[in-house]
Formats: sequence, structure tokens, C-alpha cells
Amino acid sequence: MSHKDRRSFLMPHRRPKQDQIRLTGQLAIEQPAMLQRVAALEAARAAAPPNSGLTPYSGPWTRTETIHLLRRCLFGATAADVHYFSALTLDQAVDQLLDTTYTPPAPPVNDYNGADVTDPDIAFGDTWIDAFYNIDVEGYRIESLRGWWLRRMMTSERNIREKMVLFWHNHIPVLFAEVFSGVLLYRYQNTLRENALGNFKDLTRAITIDPAMLFFLNGNANSVFAPDENYAREIQELFVIGKDLPQHYTEDDVKAAARLLTGWRIGTDFNTYFDPNQHDKQDKQFSSFYGNRLIKGKAGVAGGATELDEFLDMLFDHPEAARFVCRKLYRFFVYHNIDAQTEQNVIEPLAQIFRDNNYDIVPVLSALLKSEHFFDQLNRGAVIKSPIDQVVGFYRQMGVTFPGAADLTDTLYLSYVTNFVLAEMLQTPGDPPNVAGWQAYYQQPVYDKLWINSSTLPRRGQINEFLVFVGLYGANNVAKADVLAFTESLNNPGDPDLMLAEVHELLLGLPVASSVVNYHKAVLLSNLPSAYYWTLAWEAYLANPTDPIIRGEVENRLKILYHVIIQTEEYQLA
Amino acid sequence: MKRRNFLKNITAGVAVPSLIGGFGVKAYANSPFSPLFNALTTDTDHVLVMIQLSGGNDGLNTVVPIDQYAKLAIGRPEVILPEASILPLTGTNKVGLHPALGGLRELYDEGQLRIVQNVGYPNPNLSHFRATDIWMSGSDSDEYLPSGWAGRYLSYEYPNFPNGYPNNDMPHPLAIEIGSAMSMSLMGTQTGMGFVISNPDEFYNLLAGVQSQAPNTPAGEQLAYVRQIAQQSRTYAQTIVNASGTVTQQQTYPETELAAKLKIVARLIAGGLKTRMYVVNIDGFDTHDSQVDPDNHTIGEHANLLQELGDAIRAFTKDLKFLGIDDRVSGMTFSEFGRRIVSNFSGGTDHGEAAPMFLFGKPIAGGITGKNPLIPSNPTEYDNLDMEFDFRSVYGTILRDWFCVPETDVPDILLHDHAYLDLYQSNISCISTATHQANQSAGRSLLDCSPNPFTTNLQIVYRTDGGPTTVQILDASGKVIATPAHGIMGRGEYMVSFSGSSLPAGTYFCRVLNGMQHQTKTVVKVGNN
Repeated sequence: MSHKDRRSFLMPHRRPKQDQIRLTGQLAIEQPAMLQRVAALEAARAAAPPNSGLTPYSGPWTRTETIHLLRRCLFGATAADVHYFSALTLDQAVDQLLDTTYTPPAPPVNDYNGADVTDPDIAFGDTWIDAFYNIDVEGYRIESLRGWWLRRMMTSERNIREKMVLFWHNHIPVLFAEVFSGVLLYRYQNTLRENALGNFKDLTRAITIDPAMLFFLNGNANSVFAPDENYAREIQELFVIGKDLPQHYTEDDVKAAARLLTGWRIGTDFNTYFDPNQHDKQDKQFSSFYGNRLIKGKAGVAGGATELDEFLDMLFDHPEAARFVCRKLYRFFVYHNIDAQTEQNVIEPLAQIFRDNNYDIVPVLSALLKSEHFFDQLNRGAVIKSPIDQVVGFYRQMGVTFPGAADLTDTLYLSYVTNFVLAEMLQTPGDPPNVAGWQAYYQQPVYDKLWINSSTLPRRGQINEFLVFVGLYGANNVAKADVLAFTESLNNPGDPDLMLAEVHELLLGLPVASSVVNYHKAVLLSNLPSAYYWTLAWEAYLANPTDPIIRGEVENRLKILYHVIIQTEEYQLA
Repeated sequence: MKRRNFLKNITAGVAVPSLIGGFGVKAYANSPFSPLFNALTTDTDHVLVMIQLSGGNDGLNTVVPIDQYAKLAIGRPEVILPEASILPLTGTNKVGLHPALGGLRELYDEGQLRIVQNVGYPNPNLSHFRATDIWMSGSDSDEYLPSGWAGRYLSYEYPNFPNGYPNNDMPHPLAIEIGSAMSMSLMGTQTGMGFVISNPDEFYNLLAGVQSQAPNTPAGEQLAYVRQIAQQSRTYAQTIVNASGTVTQQQTYPETELAAKLKIVARLIAGGLKTRMYVVNIDGFDTHDSQVDPDNHTIGEHANLLQELGDAIRAFTKDLKFLGIDDRVSGMTFSEFGRRIVSNFSGGTDHGEAAPMFLFGKPIAGGITGKNPLIPSNPTEYDNLDMEFDFRSVYGTILRDWFCVPETDVPDILLHDHAYLDLYQSNISCISTATHQANQSAGRSLLDCSPNPFTTNLQIVYRTDGGPTTVQILDASGKVIATPAHGIMGRGEYMVSFSGSSLPAGTYFCRVLNGMQHQTKTVVKVGNN
């Protein structure tokens, strides 16, 4: 079987070919109306911009605020999460979310041995993270890793780390299908996870010489004899400086950086080393954008590392570095549009905190998440969920779980199906369209609206419907929405009014009109006028949870109710 | 020849249109806008309108057993109707209708109303929810079925739904529910078979293209955008709007909610929708107290409900005639249970057991099926009405005589076997075999299981668009009992055989799952065990 064939079962749409075409076609129809709307809103916001800034929020700290915070920092907010965080003060809640204590998760294992493939080097159940490269099994390891990552998100602890891993993966991505080595990709993932709440400058350094990145953006082939500008450009354009300023780095800066970065190689042990013979030892002159900085060429094994440090110092000395990343954090966690007011009241002071803390990430997130701006009414419910946020959030909220160690094969399969579905919604973890990440995080002026088109929106509803009514099937296990457990986790499941209020709060990004509430109540009550009948049925279930008839009576209604609720458009917002 | 056998021969030769590809939803989402789908149907497809009376209708004050009047007067003094107020029916002096049901009496006198007395099932359940589920699923009292009887029929007639729907053979929703909460009766074996218009206002909004107000905030702006896309991707919305738009004149209806819903139903049928079933709901029948005005038992809550019901049905049947579609439409009413013989001091009645059903429309053979219930001499709160007919006899008769399902297939749909009744005129014409064939192959078949019925081996041919694919065998309760094929597969058609020799005879389902696509087909195991 050829190399190509081996890759053929990898997640589809790794390159946005077909879907991209459809998306573009969609935009052609939808864009005029959309742009008008965006323009109107931005005009309205410009007339009455949110004045809020980074002043610590001192308004009410209720369930509503807790849910807003958790939605943005976790994947969905479960009733138990809300209960837990509601008992804390806002400061305590944010500090807990930003807790930097890190226990490395158990690494991915060989869960792919089976009818299709047998890994000659790694036994079923053993980890493959130090395995020899093997073209015949790399694809399986990659899907093993992708599934492992998905499950990290599904079983995330009550902190922001996994959301930040996704943020960094979007910000400094390598594409799984391009790198095509499970071992390298696991190490890349590890770098993101370990540094997710660390120091951005350290992370940038680690990624610059990360073997997966060296392979992905050709650093591995960058030499004094044939400089390759790929990474040298992206680190400036996409990772650290950006092109938001009218004046930015120059083409000569790209060339100088490329020369500076020559010599980094991936060893046969898959670790990075520096080869001084491949390194350009001439001086590197940068433009006035960087204050005409001159970085002296250096020889020897340590030369490349020293030059890299000086280069990173130069990048991070530029005031735009902090602003650029703060804008991306803002778009990811708060709202896509940054107007002049927000730039001045939020981005600039945030960037100052970033610089003052030598690019430590936590102080920035802490200031942002505790700010009155974050809790500004204008920012609530204003994010369209990414597919990962929607699907993983639904799994967490509705208790969709995989068997784990009890059945590795099924766990891999169920993870694969989920990633397959995410691919159809245009967000495959590990395979954004290209090195710029997913368009929804950067494409002006539409941003997160790009997640929604007339092909993806029905699919976003379908997956939830599927999980409620059918379930995902492995050979021996089914992963389903557990509507009963979800309902039991609520504060007042026996009271239709209180129950619906809580469900709406948990699942919907915006409050719904009373007519909608009444409709949902009618669904739960099968059109009966008295709430008492639900209470009775629910209590009967609690008293006889295993009786299939009594259980079916409440389960039927809950399935239909939740199905109806997650079909409302408000469900798409966070 | 059994229709099923002969279908098998047909489907074997039908090519799956290649254009659907892996993007069924998308590919077809646009097609309702093509002229093809706006063509009016000239079909004679039969339509069933189900009116659910939520809460448990008091049958004894709806269809009154006049010959039991004295005993009723003892048992239910707080709600009994004055004997003189009871509307007599032509040809009988034993049965009368509530005085508010003048509309239905007119229908009866025209021979368009059949009353089926004492409908129920053994060991009745008096919980609203459970009883509703029993009526909608068609289960026994002690049996749990996850699908609805009407949904199972639609799965039988349109086995590929929803894959490749809408299509030229069935461009419209199989069933439409208006103003009801999504009910279980339209749940198919694995998927909802109905299109819900959550309330009449929404329907008119749909027609007018009005969207409800989103707040003037960033979140509201995002919401408006999502709604706009949602509107565009609601597959059936435009066909419904178009169908509705072709009907410009209707008869007058009363200004009630039920009438408004039935008016929409008439309009959609006349507008050319090939939709086979409509479900509408009228609630408020749970009359534990204040069922009647204490000073005048002919008025009050129950009288208002029956007035709304009878007048709406009457207006609907007149409109059907005016629109020239009365040959194609029949209707039925049902409620989860009747009410107790004895009344409460608060002027109401508690949950009961058997109760009458109405079937109406030109195709219905007018008259009364069954006998008057027998009321004990001194009824107590422990006395209930016994069933005379199982409700599934009514369903089975509708399937056989109105939807023309071969009698041998009816138990496969109802999952039970009950006697048939005489409810319809004898000269009902059935949909053509050609139409039935087209329905069978309409859409995209993801799997074929043969032979059907089978005794030992089942051969399963399934199609996947590639990716995670699973083939399962399920029992009638929906439990997976075997997984003949499972894995990540390339796009294509595959075959697997399944040995069912150890299975007890009965109804089973084959199911294929491929990503978010799925399809389920019914197979019957016979003999051998």
C-alpha cells in the first residue's frame, strides 16, 4: 500500500477543498445581508460604545455571571460546574480557572491494533509516544492522538488549560496531516499543554525549534546554502507581530530572520539539534520597524540559540507583540469586533500588563476575566460557538462519555466518529485549514459567523439530535446524551418552571421570550395545563429509577424537550 | 403476491442517484426551490388528520348513553347533562351528543361521522404521560416502545426517509404537526418523521417572512444572523409557503385556536402538499373540577371545549368539500383516557378508562360502532368503563382501509395484532401500486435487507459515504442485538450476512450508521422457532 493510501482514512477535509468551495459560494449569497448587518451594528456600537475597561468588575456575581465566565473558559458549563463556582467569589473563581498546577495527563496508547493494523513495535495498550516512525501505522497514531486530545477536552478539569491549548493550537498551529508523525505531534501537543498558562515568549521559543514545527514550516530545511523564509515570515506575520499596523515588518526582515533561523534540525531520535555548519554566521540587519536592530552572526553550537534569543528579544521588545496577542485572546474569549474604544480601554492596558509581566499569560487573562468589560452586558452571549465548543460542550453537559480503558478500541472509534463529525462542521482538531488557523478567528469582518452556513447549521443540530435519539455506537458501547442524569443534576428538576429556567440558562446564550418558554413547557407537559403532572412523573422516576415504563415516561419527554431547546438559534451562542 | 416481495424486485434495479453524494442535506436543501417541487400534486394520496384532546376527555358527557341516564344521574349529579339538552342522533334513541356538539351531529346526520364506543386497552394506565405514550406508541400497558404508531407507518411507506428527502416522489414533509408540542406518535423507528410548526403564529410568520425581534446588542446581531441562515436551511419552509399561497379562498371558520389550525391543514392539503398525516391538538380536557357551570350543566369548560371541537371539525369538513379534497381526507379524535363515572363535589371528574373516539370525513362510513357502556346501579369512585375495542383496532383499520396497507403487514407496523373494525366506506380507492412503489424507493436507500421475511440468514447490502460505518440488528424495543459490520470504511456498497436462526420470530430492525447519517429498515423473522 502506498504512502498516500495509508493516509486516506485520516480525517477528511484536512484541506478545505470541497467545503471551502461551498463556503465561498455561501458567502456570495449571504454576505451582502450579513455585511449590512455587521456595518449597522458597528455603527450603533460606535455611537454608543461600551465604555467599560479593565476596571475590576464589581457588579452582581450571580449564576448568570458564573455561567458567562464558565462558557468562555470551559467547554460548556455543567450544572455541577455552576454549583461549584457559584460558591466562590469572582476573584476566587477566576483564580481557580487560571490555576497553573499541572499534572501531565497519561499519554495516548496503542488503541488501534485490530483487524486493520498491527503495530509491530508497540503492544496494544502501551504508549506509542516514543515509538519508531512507521509509515504503516503513523496514520493510526495520529487518529489515536486526535482522539486523545478530544478526550482531554471532554474530561477537562475545572480550569482554562484545555481551552488555552485550543487557543494556542489555532494561534501557532501545525497540521497533523502534514507533519504525519504521531510522536512529533504528541510532543507539539505537549508543548502547548505544558506552556498553555506559562510565558508566551518561552512558548514561542519552544515552538520555534519544536520538531513538528521545524518540519511543518520547513525550518528543518532552512540552511545557509538555501534559506527558507517560511517560518521566518509566519513568526512575524501570524505568531508574534501581525499585520494590524499600517507599517510592519519588511521583506528584508523576513530574509534576515530566515538566515538567523538556519541550522535547526530534527535528529534521528526526533529531537531538535543545532547544526552550526548549516547556519548563516553573517550579521543580520533588521529594519527601522525593529529599531534597525543588528544581530551579530555567531559561530559554534551555541551560536544559533543565542541568535534566536536575541531575535525573540527584538520581537518582544516591539510594543505591537503584546497588542497583537491580546487582540487574539480578546477575540477568542470576549467578542470578535475590536473598535477604537475597546482598543483603547481594553487592548492597550492589557498589552501593558503583558509587557509588565514579561509576557506571562496568567496576569493578562486574570485582568481580562475579572474586568467590568468582560462582564459588560454587550459582551454576553455575543460569541457564536465554534464546532469544538458546541460538540464538546454538549458532551460535557449531557454526560456523553466513552468507555476509556475498559474498551480502548471502542473509545478510539467513538473519538474518531466525533472528530469526523467535527470535520463536517469545518473544525477538525489538529487540522485547521492552514498555518493561519481557522478563519473564524481572524477573517474580518465576519469572524465567528463563518462557522454558520446553510450546510453547517443543520449539521450542528443533527449531531445533538443524533446523540439524544440514537447515540454513537462502538462495537460494544454506545455514547449517548444522558438526559436523565442531566436533569437530575439540576437544582429543581421536579418543577417545570424552575427547571426550564435553569436549562435555558445552561444551554442558551441568550434569554428566550416568554412565548418560547411556554412552548417548551407545553412540550414537557405534553400540553397538559398542570405542572403537577410532571412533578408526579419525576418523583415516580426518582422512586423507581430502573423501571423501564416509569423511566420511559420521563425520558421521552426530556428527549423531545432538549431536542427542541437545542434547536433554538440561541443555543448557537455563548 | 405480497407487495413487499414484489418491491424487493423493483428496488434491486433502482440506481442510487449519484448526485446526492456525501452531501445529501446540502444537495437537496436547494431543490425545493426548483419548479419541479412546486408542481401541484394530482395525487389521490389519502390524508389522515389526528386531533388530540389532551387531558382525558369525559366520554360520558360527550357521547351520552341515554339508556343509562338514570344511573348516570345517581353517579354524577354534579356534571350530568339535563336529559332534554342531549342532542338526539338520527336512527337511534339510545345515544346522544353533548348539546355543544351540534356541528358533529350535522356530520353524523350526513353520514360523515362514526362514533366508536368504549375504546381502550387492557390494564389501563391513569397517568397522563404514560397513557399518552401508550396511545401514541401503540404499546401494551406494560410494554415500552420508543417509536410512534404513525411514525412506524411512515417508515414503512417511506423506508429511506430522511436520506435523500425531499425528492420528486415526496417533496413535502411526511407529516406536519401544528400547534402541538412535538408528539411521540410521529417518531419513526429511529428518527422523527414529522415537521413541526410550533404555533399558528409561526406559520403566518413563515408566510410573511417575519422574524421575531432579536435584541439590539452584539448578541442580538449574532442571533439574527443565525436565524437568517436557519430560515434558509429549513428544508421544507419554502414548499409550505408556496403550497399555502396557492389557496386564495376558504370557507369561514370559527375564531378558535383549533379552527385556525384545521384551516391551515385544509389550506396545505388543497395547496398540493403530499403530506400524509397532520396532528393538531386541543388541550384543557383534564376537568377535575369546574367541568360544568354548577347552575347550568350544559355550559362551562367542557362545553366550551366540545363547542370548539365540533364547530372546528364541521367548518373543516365544509371547507374540504369546498376545496374539492373531501374524498382524500379523513380524521380522528383521540384522548389519553376517559373520565370516571362518578363526579366530584367540585363539579368535575377524575381520570377514567375507556372512552369514545370520533372518525370523520366523507370517506368515513357514518354510524356507531359498539354498544353503550353499562353503568352500575350505584356507581362508586372505583367503577370505570370497560373497554370494548382496543385502540389499535382503530389504528389497524386506518392502516388497512385508508392507507391500504396489506393486512399481513399491519402487525409489523403496529407490533401487535388486533381485530379490524368497519369504519370506512366500502368503495375507498387505494393509492396506486406505482405510487407505493415510488414511495418505497424514494430518497436514498442506505441499506437493503433480504429476504424479508427471513427464516435463517439475512443478507444486508449497505452503502456508506466513507468514514465510520456500523450495521446493527435491533429488536422491536430498539435494543441492539448484533453488529454484523463495524469500522472505518471507504465510500461504497458492501454486503454482509447475518445469521438470525436463533432469534425468536418477530419484528426486527436493520440499521446502518454512517457519521450522522442513519437509516433503519424493518425485517420480520418467521418460522423456524
